Amino acid sequence: MTAPLLQVSGLTKRFGSGRNEAVAVADVSFDLAEGGSLGIVGESGSGKTTTARMVMGLERPSAGSIRYRGVDRSAPPRSAREWKKRGREIQIVFQDPYTSLDRRQTVGECLAEVVRLHFPMSRGEVRDRVSALADMVGLDDRQLQALPRALSGGQRQRVAIARALAAEPEVLILDEAVSALDVSIQAQILNLLADIRAERGIGFLFISHDLAVIRQICDDTIVMRYGEVVEQGRTADVLDRPQHPYTRLLRDSVPQEGWDPLASSAKR
Amino acid sequence: MSPLLSVEDLTVELRVGDEMRTVLKNVSFSVEAGRTVGLVGESGSGKSMTVRSVNRLLPDGAKTSGSIRFEDREVLDLRGEALRSYRASDVAMIFQDARAHTNPVRRIGDFLTESLILNGRVGRKQATATASELLEAVGIHDAERRLRQHPHELSGGLLQRVMIAAAVAARPKLILADEPTTALDVTTQAEVMAILMRMQREYGMAMLFITHDLELAGSVCDETVVLYAGEVVESQRAEQLHRDPLHPYTAALVQARPDIRQRAERLSAVPGHPTTAYEAPEGCAFAPRCRFAQDRCRTGTPQLVRLGTASEAGPGGTGLSRCVRAEELRGRLLSPDTTDTEEARR
Repeated sequence: MTAPLLQVSGLTKRFGSGRNEAVAVADVSFDLAEGGSLGIVGESGSGKTTTARMVMGLERPSAGSIRYRGVDRSAPPRSAREWKKRGREIQIVFQDPYTSLDRRQTVGECLAEVVRLHFPMSRGEVRDRVSALADMVGLDDRQLQALPRALSGGQRQRVAIARALAAEPEVLILDEAVSALDVSIQAQILNLLADIRAERGIGFLFISHDLAVIRQICDDTIVMRYGEVVEQGRTADVLDRPQHPYTRLLRDSVPQEGWDPLASSAKR
Repeated sequence: MSPLLSVEDLTVELRVGDEMRTVLKNVSFSVEAGRTVGLVGESGSGKSMTVRSVNRLLPDGAKTSGSIRFEDREVLDLRGEALRSYRASDVAMIFQDARAHTNPVRRIGDFLTESLILNGRVGRKQATATASELLEAVGIHDAERRLRQHPHELSGGLLQRVMIAAAVAARPKLILADEPTTALDVTTQAEVMAILMRMQREYGMAMLFITHDLELAGSVCDETVVLYAGEVVESQRAEQLHRDPLHPYTAALVQARPDIRQRAERLSAVPGHPTTAYEAPEGCAFAPRCRFAQDRCRTGTPQLVRLGTASEAGPGGTGLSRCVRAEELRGRLLSPDTTDTEEARR
């Protein structure tokens, strides 16, 4: 059997020291297969974003390892060259499409910059690649000329996805990437992500607090609380037959038909 | 019995630079005493502006027309002392971001007792005792310690409970809640909603509840008013919102939302993006995104029509829909066909 694309084991992050030490992530392990889709579910303070930041190389783990195609990438890169190399492996899309784009750069320039950084291409080739990327995420020529402020939230999130895909990574981390979007736009972006995964075989590490969104997009799911994994398995099993009381609590807290907050909170 | 709050033909324009932009168009709905009405919609739909109008918190230079009646008073005409007393004892507001609406350098105790001392004309000691009781009532047990703390020492959920305690302190008749649980974790949301509903029942308060979350609105409200581009497009009993939507927009929202119980082959996304009243096209504002739209939707301005709604719970009530095809599309809005049958036949 081949090794999984991404292998995380015993990942731990402590902040502070001595009496002020806080464990943000404690002994987290998971695998992501090539083209797989893994959801990380949890509430604020569960450590899901810190986990993503360590996988991305934005944070140094206190213990544990992150292996990509069998090669260690636990610590953040030390050189620009190393950053560039890793950029071809894993990319990230953040929650807030309003703060994660340069407001002075047009969408086209933003995408072209990433393409040029990673691939030696002529101007014509870069232009073609940029329009292919825009096409993939459903942006038109007019939007490529526009500055981020002229775009809606959903369009900006499309730009962020296109920018992440420009490096042709094999893993895409989506950190609450659809949480700030209106319901009607959220569905568009979720469909787009499903298409991209089907067409390009990219693996997703999908971080969300929204169980319905996780169900739609992730094959496997891990549930985190206070930095620890409390349950992991196939998404359908975790949501339909939750084993851990915390997973059950999460499931029961979601408003749905017949939901009664008075009954739901009384169970705590 | 006349309703507690009655909004009629409310139109609001805001000044942006040199132009006036319409954000609400002829919005009408009412809230009976003790009932919960949900205002549902996406960005730009005007739900926050509606609540701000009711609390008279619109920005300077806003132009309003229509009427907002609270009991026997016209809210839009209130001035000076009458307006102050309306805001102090008749309506209370709970915002989404509790942290932005508390003073970070004042203690929780100051925050809770300030209005009691100012409005209730009670002494500090009495006010502190009342504040403790209020905290107990919203499920905060070590009230004395909490009263001495500052907002940064409390979690988001705890702080939102403090906001609820402050809102109900004056025993208002109407609570205006603007996405009160949107920033909270889902387990905290359940707790905070439970407290809010318990307080509401105990004190017999009515609530105008703003949310973008259809599932939440369906579970906690008696009635729902769906807004799109500054207009009411649907209103009916909340429990029917999912089962039997009356307007294509509501149906589209219901279908676009992923289901926690099963994965959809593909989500029914709504093309385009939500619009505001001042950007809305001629004719029906939703027509460009609507899978049921016909030529007449783009020309004529649709009026609210009354429809009968059957319900398992009891005798059928009625609902309103701003769709020219409302009658003929009855019961078909949630059908999985992506094209309209009538148009496909042609």
